Amino acid sequence: MTQVPVTEGVFSWPSQTPQLIGSRCVECGNHMFPVQSGCPKCSSDSTEEVLLGRRGTLWTWTVQGYPPKSPPYAGNVDPKTFQAFGVGYIELPGQIKIEARLTESDPAKLKIGMEMEMVLVPLNTDEAGNEVVTFAFAPVA
Amino acid sequence: MSIEVAIVGIGMHEFGRTEGVSGMDQGVVAVRRACADAGLKWDDMQFAFGGSQAAGAADTMVSQLGLTGLQFINVANGCATGGSALFSAYNTIRSGVFDVGIAIGFDKHERGAFRINTKGAGLGDWYGASGLALTTQFFGMKINRYMHEYGITQSSLAKVSEKAFRNGAQNPMAWRRKPISEQEVLDSAMLSYPLTQYMFCSPGEGGVALVLARADKAHLYTDKPIYLKAAAVRSRRFGSFEVLAPSIALEHNAGPTVDASKAAFEMAGIGPEDIDVAQLQDTESGAEIMHMAENGFCEHGEQEFMIQAGETEIGGKFPVNTDGGCLANGEPVGASGLRQVYENVLQLRGQAGARQVPNDPKVAYTHVYGAPGISGVTILSR
Ligand SMILES: [Zn+2]
Repeated sequence: MTQVPVTEGVFSWPSQTPQLIGSRCVECGNHMFPVQSGCPKCSSDSTEEVLLGRRGTLWTWTVQGYPPKSPPYAGNVDPKTFQAFGVGYIELPGQIKIEARLTESDPAKLKIGMEMEMVLVPLNTDEAGNEVVTFAFAPVA
Repeated sequence: MSIEVAIVGIGMHEFGRTEGVSGMDQGVVAVRRACADAGLKWDDMQFAFGGSQAAGAADTMVSQLGLTGLQFINVANGCATGGSALFSAYNTIRSGVFDVGIAIGFDKHERGAFRINTKGAGLGDWYGASGLALTTQFFGMKINRYMHEYGITQSSLAKVSEKAFRNGAQNPMAWRRKPISEQEVLDSAMLSYPLTQYMFCSPGEGGVALVLARADKAHLYTDKPIYLKAAAVRSRRFGSFEVLAPSIALEHNAGPTVDASKAAFEMAGIGPEDIDVAQLQDTESGAEIMHMAENGFCEHGEQEFMIQAGETEIGGKFPVNTDGGCLANGEPVGASGLRQVYENVLQLRGQAGARQVPNDPKVAYTHVYGAPGISGVTILSR
């Protein structure tokens, strides 16, 4: 099945090892995600696009235990087959903390501080039969 | 000599679900009750600030209340809408422009968790599509990190809910008036780890209105004026951890609640030790716990002992959310912050009935928090 990204411009695509696309402030070095033109740290309007790191540590997490409202959610919301999914913030060293889905949803297996790596996960299938994917972080084995 | 401000009339429409009555109409009921409480008529109001998030433009309610030509300004400021209406009314009187006016908040939301307007919140479609546009996730993640850092237990999360429902059972205006035990709270569905169903408030309905007047004229309207000593609203600063954030900075900032609280205490010229009763934003039970420290009432981590010892109960050393808070009242966004002030006025007047705090309270505190990282604080005194 052909994969398509949930949106353009959030992670590098196509790519074997996709990376999130963020901004870096030219004045103060602050990192932002997603891309934005103004810096919330120093109010500068001079920022440049950067690819963010693919590995970091889990800063905090939760588990989405019920189907989100759709729209906006594009994944499965059937209460009979809905699968809980993890959500967390991953601290990318020297850059920023990123909010993302987690591939792990078992509270017993999620620990603050654990090593995580970026992956892509399927959300649904679009009208053209393509698999729509978004980014997530997986525990590093 | 600066002008002081008093609350001279309070009115509320019951919180919860009222089939067949629009949010706007619930606001109108609250206004009529507030005017009656002050012994005033609608045409005595020189100005109004009002707002709702999902129930229409507040100023259209004049078609039911009376077309008196007053200055009516709509306020829209997310979860701080009611607090912002009050803040604006407070400053209008302090500035000397008008002597008497009203702050109004009301709302009516669809059932279930809030549906987030990602565009309105400045977020890309991918964010909601990917399953990240849920405020409940933020609350789960913030308290999970907090428990990890400061040793708060699941039992304390459940005890906060148990207290809320017990207090709500004593409040005829509350939505949820059935006590629920700590164990039932723990056993309810896990919505967003570590938070269960009964640890979360629900979007709801209701309306609140408060009549404000110059303090030197308050005795014309009431023999129990309650003085508004401070009203402060603050937004987030760089590095704070807020709801609906695709990313957060590596460096840490304490957040808008700490800033709003400090500003309010400075304005009132008192400190946290002077507060006799407090209503703190409890979107979920973890929020009440974290907000106790963020508002300066204890050190981070001390809440564990305070809650287990019952200090935040109505009869405890530091009563919190005596009317059942958001957990028992639900959260009609536009009205929620004003409900807290309504409760504190009752407590300071000694009119809170079965849930009256027994310590003869003289100073009371309210705190609201909401998206996208905004806090409002008031301090009231007799
Ligand atoms: Zn900068």
